[in-house]
Amino acid sequence: MSTYEDYKGQEPAWCPGCGNFSILKTLKNALVDLDIEPHQFTIVSGIGQGAKLPHYTKCNTFNGLHGRTLPVATGLKLVNSDMLVFAIGGDGDCYGEGGNHLIHAIRRNANVTLFVHNNQIYALTKGQASPTTEKDTVTKTQPFGDLSSQFNPLALAISQNCGFVARAFAGGPELPFLQEIMKEAINHKGFALVDILQNCITFNKVNTFHWYKERVYRLEDDYDPTDRVEAFKRSLEWGDNIPTGIFYRNDRAPFEKSFPIILEEPLMRQRFSMSETLDEMSEFY
Amino acid sequence: MEYTIRIGGQAGQGLVVVGSSLAKYFSRKGFQVFTHKDYMSRVRGGHNFYQIRLADHPISSSRDRVDILIAFDQETIERHRQYLSESGIIVYDSEESKKEFTGAEFVNIPAASIVEEMEVHKVMANSVIMGGVLALLGFNLKIYGEVIGDIIHKSDEVIETNIRAAQKGFDHVKENFSDRSSHELPDLEKKDQMFINGNQAIGLGALVSGCKFYAAYPMTPSTGIMNYLGSKAKKHRIVVEQAEDEISAINMTLGASFGGVRAMTGSSGGGFALMNEGLSLAAMTEIPVVIAEVQRPGPATGLPTRTEQGDLNYVLYAGHGEFPRAVFTPGTPEQAFHLTNKAFHLAEKYQIPVIIQSDQYLADSEWTFAKFDTDRLLWQDFRLRGDKLAETDNYRRHAYTENGITPLAIPGESKNLVVVDSDEHDEDGHIIEDAETRNKMVRKRLFLKLPQLQKEIEPPALYGAENPENILVCFGSCLGVVKEAMENLAADHSLAMLHFSEVFPFPLTDKFDYVELLTSARQAICIENNATGQFARLLRSETSFKCQVNINKYDGRPFTLDSLTGEINEYL
Repeated sequence: MSTYEDYKGQEPAWCPGCGNFSILKTLKNALVDLDIEPHQFTIVSGIGQGAKLPHYTKCNTFNGLHGRTLPVATGLKLVNSDMLVFAIGGDGDCYGEGGNHLIHAIRRNANVTLFVHNNQIYALTKGQASPTTEKDTVTKTQPFGDLSSQFNPLALAISQNCGFVARAFAGGPELPFLQEIMKEAINHKGFALVDILQNCITFNKVNTFHWYKERVYRLEDDYDPTDRVEAFKRSLEWGDNIPTGIFYRNDRAPFEKSFPIILEEPLMRQRFSMSETLDEMSEFY
Repeated sequence: MEYTIRIGGQAGQGLVVVGSSLAKYFSRKGFQVFTHKDYMSRVRGGHNFYQIRLADHPISSSRDRVDILIAFDQETIERHRQYLSESGIIVYDSEESKKEFTGAEFVNIPAASIVEEMEVHKVMANSVIMGGVLALLGFNLKIYGEVIGDIIHKSDEVIETNIRAAQKGFDHVKENFSDRSSHELPDLEKKDQMFINGNQAIGLGALVSGCKFYAAYPMTPSTGIMNYLGSKAKKHRIVVEQAEDEISAINMTLGASFGGVRAMTGSSGGGFALMNEGLSLAAMTEIPVVIAEVQRPGPATGLPTRTEQGDLNYVLYAGHGEFPRAVFTPGTPEQAFHLTNKAFHLAEKYQIPVIIQSDQYLADSEWTFAKFDTDRLLWQDFRLRGDKLAETDNYRRHAYTENGITPLAIPGESKNLVVVDSDEHDEDGHIIEDAETRNKMVRKRLFLKLPQLQKEIEPPALYGAENPENILVCFGSCLGVVKEAMENLAADHSLAMLHFSEVFPFPLTDKFDYVELLTSARQAICIENNATGQFARLLRSETSFKCQVNINKYDGRPFTLDSLTGEINEYL
């Protein structure tokens, strides 16, 4: 049995009061609930405040480049299908720099769980607009306001038939709900996107803790997450009321289960014998 | 005895099938064969050619003059007639070219009407032509069926029809051009030859080295490597994944290598450019990776289907920050095979990126070889796995060691955690910013590894005279043509050549003092398929030796034997 203490990592370098603390604590609680031991999973993260998270717990870690979490996670999952693979990054990391990879990760549907720390701002680089920043927000690098429209990750994911699509708010009373969503996402066999709304106390003075708290609500108990059209409709809701919960899920076959050569045994455990390959030279005679 | 056959026409007319079938036929007969492809960046139409040189003596380049021109269209005749040798022949089908030519050099084979009479698919016309060409050269059709079967992978019935079509062409030439068809050539002793191109050789080298993961984005002229590994994926259990872009390709590859398998990616210059941040990531995280960079002329999209050695500087210095790497520049498919094997070995041994640099000319040229020497292949599993890993306590991914190399553990296979970071990190792999750890890590990653890596690098190969007055210097795919040019000129001049196939770290002189040799010569002539003499500059910066003469070619085409021989001769 794993305990919360098993996940004690380095001392976080986040601002006091950052929403990242709640996400970290909730993830650890979810892992304890699921009885996952530190060596059984890998967190692949990018660059950003949220992407530092694996250092603040205990796990196999690939803290790679900005935006490139999903390709690394896909490569790892393909060679070790027994490994639980989580990808963690912020809204800039996953929706900006890594946007193209998100589209193709959704298409592939490898069993990778993506947790996006979405604070609607670039924090590590000190306050520029991110893809999820509200339109017309003025920043130092958007002097005329952010002229691009706000990115809707859930609508994109549902439109592309993503395996699992959820949103939660990393704020006080909503943390048990986030924990349940995290567990569902980890248990989902296929690609899962969990968009986690969090406040940035330093750089986002608009979407504050209270701003979210007043707006988020949970999808109804009788909501059907297998209805893709309804899920798409609900994903378009934003503003005074922001739905949270599991928007959509399906049972598409995971990518790694479609490679016949790795079904029986993960690739990294398969023995290689050079002598078995040398026959291939005969083809060139 | 030697012949050059050039097959010209539009993309989609079957030039490659005809060319590769004939080439394979000659190789099976024991002749030395060298081919190269000249094609445009289009799927149909345009003008392309496939050139075969066959001989009863060793050859390693293409010639300018053509003995048999097989013209699939009139444009081929117009473009290439000027290159015909004195007794050269132009094989054509007057119906296809819509024009009858009367010169003595023309051999009209009415392939289209022959297949129409036979009531078979019009693609069989290619076999009619091949049968005619074999008659002109003095070959028979005994092994034609097995060769065509290996190339087209069709049913016995289709192959049988091809053989009948070839017989018609063969008979047509024997009956109508008895004066032009040669006496029958005997088979040569040297059977059992390999016939392989550069891309296939890199793919084969990866396969026998235990490559289990290849991710790439298609890009000419590197795609052949992916095609080859793809064709072996099922049988040899290799995950071959087409990534959404080259950024993804190298990051997937690093994820796979982190996971515990030998992994590789490949592209041409433009795709390699997208991989640069990932290259630097491999270095920081000390994850082994092998990258094939198959050059085409740049800048930017450049000449997509043509050749150049213009990316040498680029692969030497690509990636931000300072880190060790090895760069190999094979000169033949055989070297490409062995250097790919060495690349996997060194990448895993030192946990560094290793780059194999090729180009379109090497990628697409087919050579005959005696069997590759598999006894020379390197194989050692450097990973920390199994019982040894299970017995390890408190594993630290980047623990300091005497030689800078930390055992490379497989994550998930023990309670040990494997932590890597693109940030500077401590021995555990966690982010640090202090100066002392930074210094120690640079020492571990770079200063401790580099001298060991340098000792693994082979000096250049010397061909020709031992104490020459003139030395030809080259690297990569120029090997074959420079060597033959040297041999052409060796009778009248004191001449040798140095070929560099392992260019970074630059070879030491302890095993072979090539700098002394260069300094003692009257002149060194550096021959490169680029505009600025990048290798000559590398040689100078590493050894202070400056080549007296530079011969450069940057028109997107490879050097050919006759013109290069002439050009060198001007300096002798």
